[in-house]
Amino acid sequence: MILHPGILALLCGSLITVLVMLLASWLGVQILLRWDMSSSSEEQLLLERKTWLVSTLLNYALGFQIFSVVLFIFTAEDIHRLFVGAMCATGSLNANLVGWLVLLVKGILLFAAAFWVVLNRLDQRTEDCPLVRPKYLALVLITPLVVLDLYLQWRYFSGLQPEVITSCCGSLFSAGGDSVASDLAGMPVRQAMLLFFSIIGSYLVVLSFCIVFKASVLRHLLFIVSVLMFFVSIGAVISFISPYIYQMPSHHCPFDMLQANYSYIGYPLYVGLFVATLYGMLPGLCQPLRKYASLRREIDSFEKRWLWVAMAGMLVFLTISCWQMLFGSFKLFGY
Amino acid sequence: MLRQLKILEFTLSSLLRRKYKNLSLITVYAFTIATLGSVLFLTHALKMEATGSLTTAPELVVQRVAAGRHDLIPTAYTEVISKLPGVASVTPRVWGYYYDSLIKANLTLVGISSYQGDLELLEGRLPDNAEECAIGRGVAIAFGPAIGDDLVLEDSGKSRTVFKITGIFRAESNLLTNDLVVLQEAALRDFFSMDQKLATDLVVQVHNQREIKTLAKKIKYNLPDTRPITRDEILHTYDTLFNWRSGMMLAVAVAALISFCILAWDKATGISAEEKQEIGVLKAIGWETSDVLAVKFWEGTVISLTSFVLGILAAWIHVFAFGAPALVPLLKGWSVLFPEFQLTPAVDFYQVFVLGFLTIVPYLACTVIPSWKTAVTEPEYVMRG
Repeated sequence: MILHPGILALLCGSLITVLVMLLASWLGVQILLRWDMSSSSEEQLLLERKTWLVSTLLNYALGFQIFSVVLFIFTAEDIHRLFVGAMCATGSLNANLVGWLVLLVKGILLFAAAFWVVLNRLDQRTEDCPLVRPKYLALVLITPLVVLDLYLQWRYFSGLQPEVITSCCGSLFSAGGDSVASDLAGMPVRQAMLLFFSIIGSYLVVLSFCIVFKASVLRHLLFIVSVLMFFVSIGAVISFISPYIYQMPSHHCPFDMLQANYSYIGYPLYVGLFVATLYGMLPGLCQPLRKYASLRREIDSFEKRWLWVAMAGMLVFLTISCWQMLFGSFKLFGY
Repeated sequence: MLRQLKILEFTLSSLLRRKYKNLSLITVYAFTIATLGSVLFLTHALKMEATGSLTTAPELVVQRVAAGRHDLIPTAYTEVISKLPGVASVTPRVWGYYYDSLIKANLTLVGISSYQGDLELLEGRLPDNAEECAIGRGVAIAFGPAIGDDLVLEDSGKSRTVFKITGIFRAESNLLTNDLVVLQEAALRDFFSMDQKLATDLVVQVHNQREIKTLAKKIKYNLPDTRPITRDEILHTYDTLFNWRSGMMLAVAVAALISFCILAWDKATGISAEEKQEIGVLKAIGWETSDVLAVKFWEGTVISLTSFVLGILAAWIHVFAFGAPALVPLLKGWSVLFPEFQLTPAVDFYQVFVLGFLTIVPYLACTVIPSWKTAVTEPEYVMRG
């Protein structure tokens, strides 16, 4: 299975990301061990220059990771034809359950790398770079995840057994002839809708309050609501948003909407959700950092922008997911 | 945003100032991308071609297996299978391969009453009697006859048999009929000296698509020496085969990619004194390391995207305008009588995405360190030379 072009590209890309991250964390460890802001020795100067290399490496790694998630889903979608009974990416992922783990690790990596890049940008704008140590410690922690990502992808793709005509008899009767279940069971629709709209409502309310008021507790609240909103929204996509998009009550796949048949509508939907979650979490995540005077200034100047970006992301997500519900001819509830 | 655009503008003018160096890099890069792209486009087009011609293939074919090998199937099996509920019809097919020592190629000989596909005749008609035949384009080109001429083949007893050509085929896809010679079934049986009670395989039509798998199981159960093959399985096999082939080719071409990356690394490391001076001046007038890094990022992006577009165009022209002369022998298969290829230009977004990921990521990754080295240059150090 490894010799599928998409799989080759994914594995190559992941290998490069791993190399980039290993280099970055090696530099990171050097910086961690020998960083001394008060010193003006040549070594410190060299380390300060190396921080630029590390942040560039990380920016690239994050970029690769974003494309890698898209390519992974694309590839899973492309290879579903090789498995009996698989209808879309869900089927390919079910064909070797490690696939779901890959998706999970990639999701975690995406958030982790995005946070790192944002914090790094904040830190680099200050004079005294107070976050150097926590930043590089986090970097050393992210690297094993990247390695795990590569390993799991390898396990997933090498473990796939496409159904091919064998010489003795048709593959029908070879092992694993049972069709792969390709439906994801969703939550019951009514409850899911109730939960989804109440959490979206509270997200919007807390977000608006955050824009108006400066209380720190609101930021923490927004952080919690964002995390909850993310998981509930994923559930909602599977449970009722996708049937509305596909106009089919039994079609729950969260990946099909990324395909050309549905005008790639899934991309803005998931990007909106990702942005809303990420930027919703940022203000809360930065609260503990306000104890550094230099960072506080930067956070204050950035926060408003983050909140508005989160709002924009949420509106995109909400518009796309609810459009069919409000204006489409399809009705999920019977008469 | 505006700031990044200004930096991009600066990058473009700085790239233009070093035209020849960048052009040579872009040429090599585009060539690498074109090579990889041709492999992807060609396999994708071949896959589409194969899938397209298989849509008219029968849903279920039953072969007989004897001693682990494909064998002729008794036509009596037809009755057993047609009694199974859900079967619409069972048709025995008579066909076989014929090696012609004159043109050194294999032909596919098909008996007319059993041919099921929808074939368009380019000219002429199908054979009416045992002395007539219709041939595919590839056969016509190899032997050089026209309608009304004779086709001479040697039958299994090594005696010459003459067939009058009544038609030349054209199909929606040439892959299907290129090496085809269509005869009347009785004539073909004579030609192969095949028993009346035997056929090459059986085509089973099924009413309900969902029952195909169950029916295949039943056939296997009732007639244990048979091998039912569904159309889906053939499609899977083609898919896997073409994926494997293009993957093989890509794995080989990755060597080219690696050598290109070494070149890119080298180019990026060996910056000229002039370029160093430029960066020194920039930093002296107040540019920060991050700005220079942004310039370098845009430089990498501009070069990769330009080469990518050029490379894709070149690959497209190579594959679809010229029929991929450099790759066809490697990817198509091992039949001697190749179909004349008029590949339908079929490029999907996925192929382009894979190609981009495969080529742009390594390039960007291997220019990070050199561009950082440039970016942290001290102005004072450069000015002194």
